[in-house]
Amino acid sequence: MTPDTPNTAGTPDTAGTPGTPNTAGAAGAAPDTAGEKVLMKGNEAIAEAAIRAGCRCFFGYPITPQTEVAAYMSKRMPKEGGTYLQAESEVAAINMVYGAASAGVRAMTSSSSPGVSLKSEGISYMAGSDLPGVIVNIQRGGPGLGGIQPSQADYWQATKAIGHGDFHMIVLAPSTVQEMADSVFDAFDLADKYRTPVMVLADGMLGQMMEPVVMPGRIAELPDKPWATNGHKGKRERTVANSLYLVPEELERRNVERFDRYNAIRATEQRVEQYLVEDAEIVLVAFGACARIARSAVGKAREKGIKAGLIRPVTLWPFPADAIDAAVRSATAFLTVEMNMGQMVEDVRLVVDGRRTVGFFGRTGGVIPTPAEVLDAIERMDRGMSGDDCSAEPEHMGGAR
Amino acid sequence: MTTVFKRPAALTDRQFSYCPGCSHGIVHRLIAEAIDELGIEGKAVGIAPVGCSVFAYEFFSCDMVQAAHGRAPAVATGIKRAVPGSIVFSYQGDGDLASIGMAETIHVASRGEKITVIFINNAIYGMTGGQMAPTTLPGQVTQTSPLGRDVEIAGYPIRICELLSTLDGVALAERVSVDTPRNIRTAKKAVKKAFEYQAEGLGYTIVEVVSTCPTNWGLSPVEALGWLNENLLPYYPPGVYRDVKAEGFANAAEASAARLAASSVADPTAGKDAEGGGCNG
Repeated sequence: MTPDTPNTAGTPDTAGTPGTPNTAGAAGAAPDTAGEKVLMKGNEAIAEAAIRAGCRCFFGYPITPQTEVAAYMSKRMPKEGGTYLQAESEVAAINMVYGAASAGVRAMTSSSSPGVSLKSEGISYMAGSDLPGVIVNIQRGGPGLGGIQPSQADYWQATKAIGHGDFHMIVLAPSTVQEMADSVFDAFDLADKYRTPVMVLADGMLGQMMEPVVMPGRIAELPDKPWATNGHKGKRERTVANSLYLVPEELERRNVERFDRYNAIRATEQRVEQYLVEDAEIVLVAFGACARIARSAVGKAREKGIKAGLIRPVTLWPFPADAIDAAVRSATAFLTVEMNMGQMVEDVRLVVDGRRTVGFFGRTGGVIPTPAEVLDAIERMDRGMSGDDCSAEPEHMGGAR
Repeated sequence: MTTVFKRPAALTDRQFSYCPGCSHGIVHRLIAEAIDELGIEGKAVGIAPVGCSVFAYEFFSCDMVQAAHGRAPAVATGIKRAVPGSIVFSYQGDGDLASIGMAETIHVASRGEKITVIFINNAIYGMTGGQMAPTTLPGQVTQTSPLGRDVEIAGYPIRICELLSTLDGVALAERVSVDTPRNIRTAKKAVKKAFEYQAEGLGYTIVEVVSTCPTNWGLSPVEALGWLNENLLPYYPPGVYRDVKAEGFANAAEASAARLAASSVADPTAGKDAEGGGCNG
């Protein structure tokens, strides 16, 4: 890599070699740009917003396509008097977050799909010890080493099985660079409020694209953390961060208490964006970058006289079941559009519960669906409903079939 | 009546859960005494590992964090970076430190992270019932090396202090034993020195304690001490493997610079334009 060459998704997993700093993007846009519109890469917007949200410890490990988050942090954190540390592995990075979070400091790590798998253990321990922290996943195609192009194939992992044991994690799904910044800011607040790990689930497209963004202002006040393990100084009772409970009834009680908190999150934190849903017959459900493509297809469908609309889950966990449920009344069918083999569609079906047809259209492996392909899927669904084309399949993979 | 011997303040009232003859109790006490004498309980944060000593978080009066298996050095790093004025120590067994946590062990030392690691080496996995550890001796019988550790199959034991002493971030690497009153006194000094070096910011510090596990060795407490003496200590000789202060340096960084200067390999940039010599500069 040479200077002035952005570290794009096609370059190897490296944050740059000594002497040839990664000069990509708007690292200089910091720190006094509150309220001012600047052009930034999604990954850099995440990093800058995290700093403004009071993040003082960042632990990372290079992996495409999230490396700019770490590169940006390595430049900015020292100026903020915070810690940027390149860990020896994603495993170590999440455990450093665990340590810093237990000490009461806002801490974050970022990675991409294969690296996030390595963080599973640490996220489970954070949940078990009720520690807040932010994990960013700039998804790429999988499984295994997969590819380095954008994907949403970690939906199941993020919302159902990010680690062993009985727990959930709040998952936010931004769809613009502006939302990358806003969601990471919110993620820190939600993490502290509910004492839970929070994931910002984006993808390589959002991480790499540049868009105008208005940075949030610096957080004025951070919440008190009387539970922090930062040395009692003889002034309070000792604190312990721990997830071990050998007495089954005690562990059960802890888990039930945690799920009470999850119920409160489900009741108050579902977030969703709706577009032309009110009179829609076919309601698309799509999140993240894919929702932008779906929205475009909805517009084209409307031009053709098909009453389409879009529900965009902003929180993937808690899943915005209320919005889907409300749409069941007016819609005749749902179509999820995803950059995977059909993962979120299962959650939509759970809510719809057989009352309406739920179809799926997706591309996978790093292939990005086009608005025309999505429009095609809408039209097939429309014809299927009106009975003039029996070939319409409820599930249709674009290039995969 | 004067009290001449009492429980250190840095230990809670909780009764230890360790087997008779196990070294954990002695080492816990030494750590607590050192914390008391240095008056650092209020800024100390301990990391409990996975293994028999997982309940260390119940036993020390300072703030405590329980870490995943092998991850204590990473957790310690997070705490120390978040609260640089704290005194952070991890307490780890041989399986935790030298097997599943070896990457964290090596890197925390090479970073010169200003923490103290207390390493309990008893050559066996205790809590899971006596399996082969990375420090199990050649020929040693365990549940998972029933015919004795065959180095052709299982490879050789790892000598941690020797290994870590090659790393530039290390300020203190000392191996001790707690099998005799004299050795216990030496161990106490080492633990205290490690905390002092950490407080002074000299670099990474580790005290390896060659320890007993009578239960899983299948020996009585007294027999276990004999076995340790005859078998473990020859393979893991007690001693100071790195002590930058004793070697005449201010800290690990200075010792590292001296080590590089003493390198017998010619400077590859010698004779070339000075511009390109960034790595050695």
